[in-house]
This record gives sequence, C-alpha cells and structure tokens, in this order.
Amino acid sequence: MKAPRFSYVRADSVAQAVALLDQHGEEARILAGGQSLMPTLNMRLSQPRLLIDINRLDALAGIALQGDRVRIGALTRHVEVANSAIVARHLPLIAEAMPHVAHVAVRNRGTFGGSIALADPAAEMPACVLALGATLVLQSAAGRREVAADDYFLGLYETARRPDELLVEALVPVQRPGTVSVFMELARRHGDFAIAGMAFHLTVARGVVADARLVYFGSEDKPTLAHGARTAIAGRRMDEASANAAADALEHDLAPMTNVQGSTAMRLHLQRVLTRRALAVAAERARAA
Amino acid sequence: MSEETMQIAVTVNGEAVARTVPVRQHLVDFLRTELGLTGSHLGCEHGVCGACSVRVDGRVVRGCLMLAVQVDGAHVVTIEGLDETGEIADLQAAFVARNALQCGFCTPGMLMTCAELLAQASPMSRAEIRTFLSGNYCRCTGFHAIVDAVETTLTQRLQR
Repeated sequence: MKAPRFSYVRADSVAQAVALLDQHGEEARILAGGQSLMPTLNMRLSQPRLLIDINRLDALAGIALQGDRVRIGALTRHVEVANSAIVARHLPLIAEAMPHVAHVAVRNRGTFGGSIALADPAAEMPACVLALGATLVLQSAAGRREVAADDYFLGLYETARRPDELLVEALVPVQRPGTVSVFMELARRHGDFAIAGMAFHLTVARGVVADARLVYFGSEDKPTLAHGARTAIAGRRMDEASANAAADALEHDLAPMTNVQGSTAMRLHLQRVLTRRALAVAAERARAA
Repeated sequence: MSEETMQIAVTVNGEAVARTVPVRQHLVDFLRTELGLTGSHLGCEHGVCGACSVRVDGRVVRGCLMLAVQVDGAHVVTIEGLDETGEIADLQAAFVARNALQCGFCTPGMLMTCAELLAQASPMSRAEIRTFLSGNYCRCTGFHAIVDAVETTLTQRLQR
C-alpha cells in the first residue's frame, strides 16, 4: 500500500526538530532511518500529520570514546556501529549483537537511536543498552535530561521519552576487564524478528560471578532484566550447575507473550536452553580473559 | 489535507534529475512512475522482500522504505545503472550460467545486494553469503544457484 498523506519537514537543526515536536506533540513523528516507521506508514498502521526528518542532522551521528563511556549519537546507522573499531574494542556485546540486527540494506539505513526510541520488544539494541547500564539522553525545547536504561523501557513501544522529546544520544559505559558479555538470538531466518534472545553482561572475579545483568528480549513487552536468575548465579562459580540454576530461576522472571512465533511455554523453554548455552560461552570467555 | 509536494534534485544513474514530488511518495514509486526505471520491483512494500533494493550514496537500501524527498542531493543507482556500468557483468554472466533466476522478479534486488557483497572484496563462506543475502527473498530458485553464482564470481575476483 501507499503511505497516507502527511506534511514533511526536513529539520536543519536539533533546535528546529524539538521546537516542532513541542508544537505538534504526538501528531508528529521523527523520521530517522525509517526502517520501522516507513512500513507502518505504507501499511497505514500509523497516520502522523507531520514527519520531522532528522537525517541531515550530522551532530546527532557518530561514535566517540569519552572517558569511561562511549557516546553513540542517535542518528548513527547500524552499519557504522557494526564497523566501528571503538565499539569492537570497548563494547563487544553490541559488536556481537550487530550482525543480528535485520539485514544488510536495513542496517545501512536504520539507526541506533531509532531502535531505542521505538523500543520494539524483539529488538537487539534496547536489550544491549539495558544490559550495559547505559544512559539515554533526551532533548526537548525545555532542555536536556538523562535517563538510565533501567528506567527508560516501560512497556510495549512505551518509554520514558515524552512526546516533546528527541532521543539525541546514548552514553554506554565501556566493558571493563573482569567483565564478560554474550549475545545470542534465535530467529526463523537470519535477521528476522527474534523468537528468543538475550544480552548478558557479567562481572567475574576469579571464576566467581560477582554480578550478572541478564537481559532477555523477544519475550515480554519490553527487554527484561532477570532478577531471579541474577540471584541464582551471583556468588557462584561459572559451571553447569550454576547455569542450570539460572535457567531454572528464569521461570519466575519471564512470562513470554504468546504470539505467531510460539506459545509462552515454548518460548520460555527456548530462553532457558539459550541461557545454558550463553552461560557456557560466558564461562569460556571468562577463562580465556 | 491536500497533497503536499516538494522539489528535489537528484543524480540517478549518473544523470541529474529535477522533479516536484509528493512528500509521501517512496523512492521506488518515484523511480518507476516518474523516471520510467521499472527494474526496481515492488514486492511487499514494507521492507521484507528486498525486490526494491537500490543504491543510495554508495550503499544498498530498501527503496520502499525511503521517501523520494529524502534523496534530494543524493546519488541513486538502480539496476539499470548498475547494468550499464558493467560493474557486475561477471556476476550477471554467472547468474545466467548457473540458472540463478527463474521468474526474475527478485533478480534486480538480488543483484543490487550481491554487488555490495562483491564490492567488499573479502572471502566469504557459502553460509556467510546466505546470511548476507538473507534480506532478499527468492521464491523460485531455492537460493542454491544464487549462492553458486555469487561464490563463483567472488572467487574469480579474489584470484585476479
């Protein structure tokens, strides 16, 4: 189908974009990479009155190491993140996740910030920024504010971002020595929406888990930080027994939505299988480090 | 709401083009209806099938997921332009030799994506080729012959 009628403004500055958001609120949509917005327009699932195109706002793009954090501009394309030496070195979780983000042509256009702003429950980047404890920076006509990823994802496509705010960047703490990360995803076709997936970030000291941020996506209405599984593995050696304990505890952490991809029970089963596999990989990586 | 339009100036297959377009028109409708470049196909029109793949500023994108107004000032290459430059003449020959197309509907988009794979000029396994092409649907060939053609062409280019 064809998109419905809308008005279109190509923003020349962040100030102009947020002024338009301030004026039009929920009747406006930000057009970043458009890889999720354009399908909904073509299928007439959304009918915004105004599209605010931010693709010419170069200030919103780019990756830079700033002290102990990596700044990823919201307009940075997935392909730039995938090819970034800074990300490969300091954010190996995101580097490992990136090939799973859709397909080549979509990664060439889709943006890091767009994925986080949309907060699709099956998307990879929201899970990664949550696992890494990133900070998300929002800008409105009134000013900037920072929101911790822990407080950002609220529900199905629902975030702490207000309608008058533009997500401008993510500040992601670098992965330090002594931490280990694993990303895994199951999809019917490579690059398709996840049936099950996880982004793990563990702190390991002498083979013992000091802390574990275990984030599951493609299950609930938003990325889920598993508290029970975290407790089950904290303070234990990384072995089969502790991996099994974490997978068992998942039953109380996670209630995957039943959808066309499968039932709650099947999708919980898949997350538990992947959990055991991912923790085995994490143990390998911790030993090798 | 009346139909809102905007003027754009874009280079398509090396040729400068200026048009006034509806702001809601996507890139492939513009290429097909305004410029008569019907090699870019519309399959699903929501970013799943890859038949609409075109190159914008050097990278392959979904033509149905970009608005025509967004290519103002950009360089667009369609399958017609890619064919004309001879950049993938070897790949096209391999597609014919391996029978890597049947109905041909997906072929323009498939070739656009394959062109990006070949341009990277790095060795790839058959599994990696399949993964690279995962965003392009073919409903006739079962992909095997397409992977053959890409593998053959890539191997030949890397030996040069």
